[in-house]
Amino acid sequence: MHLLSIDWWFILEKLVLIVIVISLSLVIAMYTTYAERKVAAWLQDRRGPNRAGPWGILQPLADGGKLFFKEEIIPLVSSKWLFILGPSLAMLTALLTSAVIPWGTSLHLFGKDVPLQIADVNIGILYIFGVVSLGVYGIMIGGWASNNKFSLLAAIRGASQMISYELAMGMALIAVLMLTGSLQMSVIVQNQVEHGWHIIYQPLGFIIFFICALAECNRTPFDLPEAENELNFGYHQEYSSMKLGFYLFAEYINMFISSAVMATLFLGGYDIPFVNETQWGLPQNLLAIIGFAVLMAKIFFFLFVFIWIRWTIPRFRYDQLMNLGWKGLIPLSLANMVITAIVMLWKSKT
Amino acid sequence: MVQLTQKAKLVDRRQMSWLERIYLWNILKGMMITLSHLFKRKATINFPEQKRYFAPVFRGLHVLNRDEEGRERCTACGLCAVACPAEAITMEAAERLPGEEKLYREEKYAARYEINMLRCIFCGLCEDACPKDAIYLSQTFAPSNYSRKGFIYKKEDLLIPNPLTDPEDYKKALGDRPAKKINN
Ligand code: SF4
Ligand code: SF4
Repeated sequence: MHLLSIDWWFILEKLVLIVIVISLSLVIAMYTTYAERKVAAWLQDRRGPNRAGPWGILQPLADGGKLFFKEEIIPLVSSKWLFILGPSLAMLTALLTSAVIPWGTSLHLFGKDVPLQIADVNIGILYIFGVVSLGVYGIMIGGWASNNKFSLLAAIRGASQMISYELAMGMALIAVLMLTGSLQMSVIVQNQVEHGWHIIYQPLGFIIFFICALAECNRTPFDLPEAENELNFGYHQEYSSMKLGFYLFAEYINMFISSAVMATLFLGGYDIPFVNETQWGLPQNLLAIIGFAVLMAKIFFFLFVFIWIRWTIPRFRYDQLMNLGWKGLIPLSLANMVITAIVMLWKSKT
Repeated sequence: MVQLTQKAKLVDRRQMSWLERIYLWNILKGMMITLSHLFKRKATINFPEQKRYFAPVFRGLHVLNRDEEGRERCTACGLCAVACPAEAITMEAAERLPGEEKLYREEKYAARYEINMLRCIFCGLCEDACPKDAIYLSQTFAPSNYSRKGFIYKKEDLLIPNPLTDPEDYKKALGDRPAKKINN
């Protein structure tokens, strides 16, 4: 009987948290599309969308509505099941990652401590890597099922790009793991709260991780899978209506999540910089909310940088991309790892 | 080599330095340039609310003029159609019947007068050719349309409002254009 005594409170709490986090990611992804258009316009001395609602803030809704009402086209020669699976998988993996990110310290509600993290698994980072590498299937399957040369080419490009950049990304992370000695996201953040942000100890690791994150999200300058001018929009060329919407949306959710991961791993997550907030004597709930706001600010900063980069630099050529990945980033991240290890060893000796 | 113009610039073919080769620094410089544009004045004019300034000599949509008594000035002489380099003007003449003196200024008038705005190049030669000050180019655009047919403007679309029945609209359509001197 003991096995069946489920903690209903626990399940309810997690369910509510999941709903909040997912809807938050969706809303933020929605408004990232708006921010993207606005920032792009400003960087080009234009005004950007300003017709739907005041300052155009209803633009994402209008875009979504438009996508919904578009005709749903499934090419005759495509394999239908896989064709639908592709965008669903892209969306699914994009949303799954948010499970292990610590969004703040814990709230004190109804006499219980509610941690603002869906699952504090002790292999958080491995989980993220696992799910992110699943993301390539969305592109692969979608591109392959379209039965279109361009889509297939784009899918292959996407797959090889992701695989090559995941390596460097992982190795840049190993250095961080050596510093903390844990794969658990909450421990990594706690370690930064105590010892200072990882970006100070690992500037090179951060740059490598950031570049790889750009590549993983298929953002410019690494947006080769959807290169408009040579591949006609790449893997989502045959897609229409909300299936296309899913692909586009997944990209923005990916951006949001990878910003969150970067903020957590390198910028101290919900840590408020330069101060020791525990000395303020503020109630725990307020502190948790402030921490969450700080994390959000860091995420928004990264999102802005993503957009900013997109509207500044042109796309890499494919061989340049591979050169940078295999001959640039991987040796660098290896060196970074070895140097970190040596310094740590040297410090522990003295 | 002798330079032909002052604009010619020598291409810098030096080897890239280490800093340039790792891209990051140059990318950062580029990003600073785009960031500075974030705060620049926007070049866009918010169209329906704001209109850009048009010079008084701007050549826009045609208007068929009336005289002060509200009579159509055009006498269907066809000079505008002859002058038109784009052959955009078509017309059919008709004779003024007794009792129509209030409608038409001359004994002969244009029963049909059409300008194809897709052919027109807005050169204004029709205005120059007209001996009766009957046609001129206003300061408005030809608006967009859903079909090609919609761009063939009939006489009703071109005629200026009657100064007797609706003087305000007439004034607005006339704009700040000085009347052409005609001798008759
Ligand atoms: S403006 Fe020029 S092209 Fe247009 S109708 Fe007049 S003469 Fe023809
Ligand atoms: S508009 Fe002027 S030039 Fe053209 S037919 Fe009429 S009177 Fe003649």
